[in-house]
Amino acid sequence: MSATESANTIIVRLPAILVDLFPGSRRRVEMNAATVEEMVDELERLWPGMRDRLCDSTPAIRRHINVFIDGDKAKLDTKISRGAEVFVLTAISGG
Amino acid sequence: MPKKVLLLIGTKKGAFIAESDKARRKWTLRGPFCETWPINHIVGDPETGAIYAGGGNEWFGAAVWKSTDLGKTWTHSSKGLNYEAGEDPVKAVWSIAPKNGSVYAGVQPAGLFRSKDGGKSWRHVEGLRKHPTKPEWQPGAGGLILHSLVPHPDDDKKMWIGISAAGVFYTKDGGKTWETRNKGTRADFLPEGQNYPEFGQCVHCVVMAPGEPDLLYQQNHCGMYRTEDGAKTWKSIENGLPSSFGFPAAAHPRDPDTVYLLPLNGDSAGRYVPKGKAAVYRSRDRGEHWDKLTKGLPQQNAYFGVLRQALATDSLDPAGVYFGTNGGVLFGSRDEGDSWEPIAEHLPVISSVETLVVDR
Repeated sequence: MSATESANTIIVRLPAILVDLFPGSRRRVEMNAATVEEMVDELERLWPGMRDRLCDSTPAIRRHINVFIDGDKAKLDTKISRGAEVFVLTAISGG
Repeated sequence: MPKKVLLLIGTKKGAFIAESDKARRKWTLRGPFCETWPINHIVGDPETGAIYAGGGNEWFGAAVWKSTDLGKTWTHSSKGLNYEAGEDPVKAVWSIAPKNGSVYAGVQPAGLFRSKDGGKSWRHVEGLRKHPTKPEWQPGAGGLILHSLVPHPDDDKKMWIGISAAGVFYTKDGGKTWETRNKGTRADFLPEGQNYPEFGQCVHCVVMAPGEPDLLYQQNHCGMYRTEDGAKTWKSIENGLPSSFGFPAAAHPRDPDTVYLLPLNGDSAGRYVPKGKAAVYRSRDRGEHWDKLTKGLPQQNAYFGVLRQALATDSLDPAGVYFGTNGGVLFGSRDEGDSWEPIAEHLPVISSVETLVVDR
């Protein structure tokens, strides 16, 4: 099996207000990641500081950030299947 | 020669900057900055000209924003601004103090961080949360927050801090160890006979007099106080004031005897200006006597409050005095408080007001 075939390529969709905080970042990101934690690691590598915006030090995904994979809400240890589309969304929150 | 005066305004919907020349007659307002994050405190570093803004966003957590071009562009960082895994995470930054090459940040839940690289990264000053009183710290209505940072002007090992509602703490070894410094301040909310505890007082704001590091003024939930011995003992200065309650205090830029307060009507009476009439109180003798300053301030139907970091002075002569209300109005005086006028109206809830005088 070649390296390309073994890669767990996924597509990540990021919210606009997150992308606004990181100059050069983009809303659609293609990457290799097999879990949400690996996805966050890769986002942090691409745009240092992004982990702190998505996760707290518990460690956990922040309370008002939602990560959905195929319609299901995910946690840091949730697995991501090859080709999946992961949506990172801001919850209804504020005042 | 001072050329510009900047008023740095933290609000519930971002930071704003009001700018004027040294005459301080006309102001222009810029903002909102920091992507409209709630900004609890925004301060300028007079040594470098950098502006720091601290806050916390419900989605993205706590961060400190920085501008090195007087607010035109901003970056943010929270690298290292975290407690250990498993602890209640940092929710928001509440106070910032640049001093002697360091930048300090007070956070919620209460703790202290220090940056030695101009806010790019932060390190937890762990000694404070190791204090033996820590398990008994109780949050006030605004949460368990470290809001007052009072570094010694010459000795970077020494600092006083205020936590609601744990009280005042002091370090003389750069934050490794801390002492409680609350002797003489009341806790009216405790049972009779237990009103002067070692810690647990609801300190609202602590400021240092210019040129006298051991002379501090404190607005407490339960009274106003002065210390002349570095907070070893506090003395009530509330005689002549309309209530014992308020949030902010501000020191004069040059005269250690002059201090400003903005008393509110009481903790269970609405927490607005007494009788709906706005007044700043100024003492010229360390709080022994008070002048009620009302010229230009609304004297009927005023039901606003002023939060703990929303009263400030500038460094010009005569000193400017400024305060922002929780109704979003910014008032200013260019004659040390003798007369006032609104500088900005219709802002979001104002959390803090600070000043930065620049010569460029």
